[in-house]
Amino acid sequence: MINYLAIKAIYFHEMNRTKRTILQSIISPILSTSLYFVIFGSAIGSRIKEIDGVTYGMFIVPGLLMLNLLTQSVSNGSFSTYFPKFNGTIFELQAAPISGLEMIAGFVGATATKSILLGALIIATASFFIDLNIIHPFLMLFFLIMTSITFSLFGFIIGLWADNFEKLSLIPLIVITPLVFLGGSFYSINMLPEIWQNISLLNPVLYLVSGFKYSFYEISDVTIWTSIITILLILFILIVITLLIFKKGYNLRN
Amino acid sequence: MSNNYIEIKEVSKIYNNDFVALQNINLNIKKGEIFALLGPNGAGKSTLINVLCGLTHHSSGTIFIDNLDISQNRKKIKSMIGLVPQELHLESFETVLDNVNYSRGLWGKEKNEKYIFNLLEKLNLDSKKNNLLMQLSGGMKRRVLIAKALSHQPIILFLDEPSAGVDIELRKEMWKIIYNLKKEGVTIILTTHYIEEAEEIADRVAFINDGKIILVEDKKTLLNKLGNNKLVFTFNKLINKIPSFIKEYPHKINKDKNTIEILLSKDKREVSEILLNIKKSNIDYLDFTIKKRSLEGIFVDFIKKKK
Repeated sequence: MINYLAIKAIYFHEMNRTKRTILQSIISPILSTSLYFVIFGSAIGSRIKEIDGVTYGMFIVPGLLMLNLLTQSVSNGSFSTYFPKFNGTIFELQAAPISGLEMIAGFVGATATKSILLGALIIATASFFIDLNIIHPFLMLFFLIMTSITFSLFGFIIGLWADNFEKLSLIPLIVITPLVFLGGSFYSINMLPEIWQNISLLNPVLYLVSGFKYSFYEISDVTIWTSIITILLILFILIVITLLIFKKGYNLRN
Repeated sequence: MSNNYIEIKEVSKIYNNDFVALQNINLNIKKGEIFALLGPNGAGKSTLINVLCGLTHHSSGTIFIDNLDISQNRKKIKSMIGLVPQELHLESFETVLDNVNYSRGLWGKEKNEKYIFNLLEKLNLDSKKNNLLMQLSGGMKRRVLIAKALSHQPIILFLDEPSAGVDIELRKEMWKIIYNLKKEGVTIILTTHYIEEAEEIADRVAFINDGKIILVEDKKTLLNKLGNNKLVFTFNKLINKIPSFIKEYPHKINKDKNTIEILLSKDKREVSEILLNIKKSNIDYLDFTIKKRSLEGIFVDFIKKKK
C-alpha cells in the first residue's frame, strides 16, 4: 500500500524549508535574472542584431529559464537529500515505513514544485523587461514541468552520492552551468563554426534549451521531437539509476 | 504460532569492511515486556537495534516480529516500531510541534492534534511546542525524540541508550514513561550501559559482548541466582592472619581500604555464624556492612569470565 501521508509529510516538510529560506530559494534567482536582462538584454543586447527573428532580450528568456531551472533543481534537490544525512535525521527516513519511490515522490515533488514556481516567477520578471509572447504555452509548460522533475531527481541522486558539501556543489558548478552556457542558451548554434556546431550536439542541455525556444518563439536548433525524446530519455535513465540505488541501499543503509 | 513476539535466529551482521558486528544472535522477546540489552561500547547493541528497525540489513539468519518475517515485511514491521536513537539528531530550525507532526506523517498516520498535544504534555513539552528545536536543552531534545518515536502510537519501542547525557531527574521521569507504556501493552527494548537503569526497569536482560549474546535471563531470577550478598568488614588496620573460618568462604582482601569482603551464599544463617566466630576469635573490627550484589557486579564478572 502506498504511504500517501508520508509523501505528503515529506513534501510539506520540504516546502516549509523553502519558506524559511525564501531569500535563497526565490529572491536570489529573480534578482540574478533581472541583472541578466539589464546587462545582456538592455546594455549589450541593444547592440546585438536580432537572432532568428527575435530581439536578443527575447532570445535569452528560454536560456535564462533553463539555466535557473537546472541549477536550482539540482541544488535544491541535492541539498534536501544531503541535509538529513548531514544532520543525522536520515535515521528517521530509514526507520519509517516509506519505500524508495515514496521518498522520491516527496522530495522530488517538493523540489520540482519550487522549480516550477521559480520558472513562473522568472517568466513574470522577464515580462517586465520584454514583450513576452509564448506561442506554444502548453508545450512550454510541458518542458517547464519535465525539466523541473528530471533535474530535481538528478539533484536527489547527487544528494545521495555526496558525503560532503564540496561534492554537493561540484556537479552544478562544473557540469550543469557549463552545459547550459554551451547549450545555446545565449546564442544560436548556427552562429558557431561547423565543428563546434557538431560538438554542441553532444550536449543534452542543448536539446532542452532548443525545446524551450521552440515553445516560446518557434525557433530551435534541433527538431521539437528530438527535444521531447531527450527530456523523456534523461528522466527514464535517472529513474533507473535511482531504483538501482534504492535496491542496493547505496549511502542509505549501512 | 509462537509465544515470542520478536524471534531472532542465528542472526549475523558483517559489514563491507569484514567487521563482524553480530555473530549468530539467538534471542526471543515477549509481547509487552521491557527487555534490556546490556553491553560495553562497541558490543553490538546499536547494530542489533538498527537491524530490527530496518536501518541496516542483517547478513544471515532470520528475524520474525509478530510472526512476520522482517525480510519480507519490512514496511509493515516498520509501521509498528518507534525508535529513540542514541544521538540527538534533530532539525534545528523547525518547531517542536511541526517536527513531531512530521514524524507522525512519515509513519502514515493522519494528523491527530489531541493525541500529539497529550503526548507533549506527558513529556512536559507542551510549553515548548512552538520553540525551535535549536533553542532546546539536551534533555528537552531527548524528550522530543521520545515524542517523535511515540507520535505514531507504536506497539514496539526501541530506546537506544535513552539515558545518555540525561540528568537523574529526567532519567526517572523517562522510567515512569516507560512503565506507563508497558502498561499500555507496548513492547520495549532498550540498550543501555547504565546497568542501574536495567536493574530498575527491565523485566529481562541480555548481556551482549563482541557481537555475541552471552546471557539472557529474567532480571529477578538473575539477581536471585547470582546476586549473592557480601559481608564487608572494615578494620582499623588489616589483620595479619586471616582466620580459618573466613578462609572457608570466597573472600577478597582490600589492603588499601583495610576491608575483607566475604561472599555469602543463600544460607541466611551465615551472617550470624561469621559474626559469632569473629567475636570468639577476638578480632577487632570497626564496622561491618552487608552489600547487595548488583546487576553491574554480575555483568562485570560475566564479561571478565568470557574474556
